Amino acid sequence: MRVLAALSGGVDSAVAAARAVDAGHDVVAVHLALASTAPSAVPGRARGCCTVEDSRDARRAADVIGVPFYVWDLSERFGRDVVDDFVAEYAAGRTPNPCVRCNQKVKFAALADRALALGFDAVATGHYARLADGPGTTTGGRELHRSHDLGKDQSYVLAVLPPERLATALFPLGDAADKDEVRAEAAARGLGVADKPDSTDICFVPDGDTRAWLGSRLSGAGSEAGDVVDASGAVVGAHDGAAGYTVGQRRGLRLGTPAPDGKPRYVLSVSVAERRVVVGSAEDLDVDVLTGDGAVWCGPAPEVGARLGAQVRAHGRELACSVERADGGELRVRLDEPARGVAPGQLLALYDGTRVVGSATLSSAVRAERATLRA
Amino acid sequence: MMPAPSAARASAYLDHAADTPVLPAAAEAMLAELTRTGNASALHTSGRAARRVVEEAREELAAALGARPGEVVLTGGGTESDNLAVKGLYWARRSGPGGDPRRTRVLVSAVEHHGVLDPAHWLADPATGQGAVVEELPVDGEGRLRLDALRAAVERDPASVALISVMWANNEVGTLQPLHEVVELAAEHGIPVHSDAVQAVGQVPVDFAASGLAALSFTGHKLGGPTGVGALVLRRGTPLVPVLHGGGQEGGVRSGSVDAASARALAVATTAAVATLEERAAALSALRDQLEAAVLAAVPGAVVRGPASAADRLPGLLHVTVPGAEGDALLYLLDARGVECSTGSACTAGVPQPSHVLRAMGLSDAEAQGALRFSLGRTSTAADVALVGEVIGPVVERARTAGLALVSP
Repeated sequence: MRVLAALSGGVDSAVAAARAVDAGHDVVAVHLALASTAPSAVPGRARGCCTVEDSRDARRAADVIGVPFYVWDLSERFGRDVVDDFVAEYAAGRTPNPCVRCNQKVKFAALADRALALGFDAVATGHYARLADGPGTTTGGRELHRSHDLGKDQSYVLAVLPPERLATALFPLGDAADKDEVRAEAAARGLGVADKPDSTDICFVPDGDTRAWLGSRLSGAGSEAGDVVDASGAVVGAHDGAAGYTVGQRRGLRLGTPAPDGKPRYVLSVSVAERRVVVGSAEDLDVDVLTGDGAVWCGPAPEVGARLGAQVRAHGRELACSVERADGGELRVRLDEPARGVAPGQLLALYDGTRVVGSATLSSAVRAERATLRA
Repeated sequence: MMPAPSAARASAYLDHAADTPVLPAAAEAMLAELTRTGNASALHTSGRAARRVVEEAREELAAALGARPGEVVLTGGGTESDNLAVKGLYWARRSGPGGDPRRTRVLVSAVEHHGVLDPAHWLADPATGQGAVVEELPVDGEGRLRLDALRAAVERDPASVALISVMWANNEVGTLQPLHEVVELAAEHGIPVHSDAVQAVGQVPVDFAASGLAALSFTGHKLGGPTGVGALVLRRGTPLVPVLHGGGQEGGVRSGSVDAASARALAVATTAAVATLEERAAALSALRDQLEAAVLAAVPGAVVRGPASAADRLPGLLHVTVPGAEGDALLYLLDARGVECSTGSACTAGVPQPSHVLRAMGLSDAEAQGALRFSLGRTSTAADVALVGEVIGPVVERARTAGLALVSP
């Protein structure tokens, strides 16, 4: 196969590209310029996936592996579909996952489209996830599974890929025993990025301070000061802009009035339109009915009543659930046990064993009993 | 663990404006000198031997370029020569004997190489405190400096012009600049003119004395010499403030131990390139025209950029823009089929930017997008041209599809 390997400048994608070569593929490497390429761009940002240093590391890795290397400028798409979307989601009071959007709109969309148009058969990345031939193999069906190393598994951020995208994806690290194996392999291959630290933060937030980064970009109702109230509606504090808050957040609430029971309080919900942040106890965070929209199925859509596992954040716990609705773009599941800190905007990914069934973006997360009571 | 090279296939190196194959005689001369010891500044026997090599090289270079040996300042290449000329002339024109601090204007053509543009703009950056004002002079649709604009700029206030820098030949579209007229105009007001002749030396006749230039830059790797060595030819008596200070080598203009091996190789390559210039130019010009015909026949809508007349351009350079395709997609697809060429313009972290040269020629960013520069040289053959003719049609077709893929929502 002719394979385009996306090199971030980190160790995972470099080893993935090298493995694709070993597998006999005709590999060309590409580094994505995702930040603005204007000459004034901040040089040498410490972390992330789009610094000059990362570009250099990626080029060097391609040289060591012995494959051609190109830089493709996808900054416009990234800016619009990932960064602007990230700000807009927060502005609307939701908690987005930019890595999910990047995979959905940039890596396995804009990049893949261009690669296929240029004659490539597949795009390889360093994601920890496995692709397996499913029962529908003859019809081109491929299944997306969690990686062999469940600790590193990144299938969650790929749960937005429909079958036609999975058909042209390649994840050479899916079978790796663990990250140590990948680092050791990188060192053995002479890749200088073998001991490069993992990127952990959001790549376009230079110093990892998302709140401050958002603060300078949010405008409108979400950035206006308002009340922090408890579940009864009593004002217990003030905020500088509801959009900066996330459901489940405990720190930085600056509450004037202590809770009657003296227990810590958490953000329960955020209403940008009403400039209101609602807080309550940890128990109040418990939800079990999760509703999402924009559903994407990696294979066949699940049946109503199907018993699956739900995951609502990268590296989050898998929660047993039943599908209550999977219709058009909508998805509703009920968790067997209530879970805490589930915010609108997060991705709800569904699993059947290790297989990724699909996902939807959470629009609401409530407690069934309370919803019933309120109704 | 380099993979085994793929099975032999046709390939065509058509990027001589970026780098040329080193002339075997230059490589041999360099290797012979590399194995000898001796600092050309030392007084002992080994030092004297090295000095002799350097000075003979300097004499050969001077002879090849119509300069005096004392006018040849050896440097680390074209960019260093350009920086030394632009900054050194600017500083010398403002202070020191004969200097005048009112000379703040640096006039450059808008199509200069970044080796000239960037030091000029550095001098004008308020953060550097150098106090210069850069004026980028417009060019016509063929990339040629507009002399009326130069005249107007100079005559607006001749006493405030520190220097003029206009390249001999443009590196992207190959336009030969009207240097004779530039120098004549500058001479009326005693303004020194520098020319970046990196693409010109060895390609077209260059006679430094006859040119009337104050300074001229060139480099080895564009004419069959090694990378990392070049020279600034500086007219005798031209005040210049050094950029590199130290041991006072090269007449105090460029400190640093002189690299005898590189100087020797540069001299061998330059002498050979100049000696064979005429016959090579004729051959390259013919190949270039074949290439142009082949590309135009295979690519609907392709537009040749640069001068229409052969007399006004470099003999071996063909620049085309391909509507609806992106330069980097074209480069990748051509490379995958054995054709090595360039978009012609500089990159930022590997990301192609719209060419400032094409913009100055009046092209929109969209028009400038699908730029391809084929530059032929000493080793180019009819087979190279044939390979391009064979692959360019399908490549453009595919690149256009990919361009569409990228703009679709």
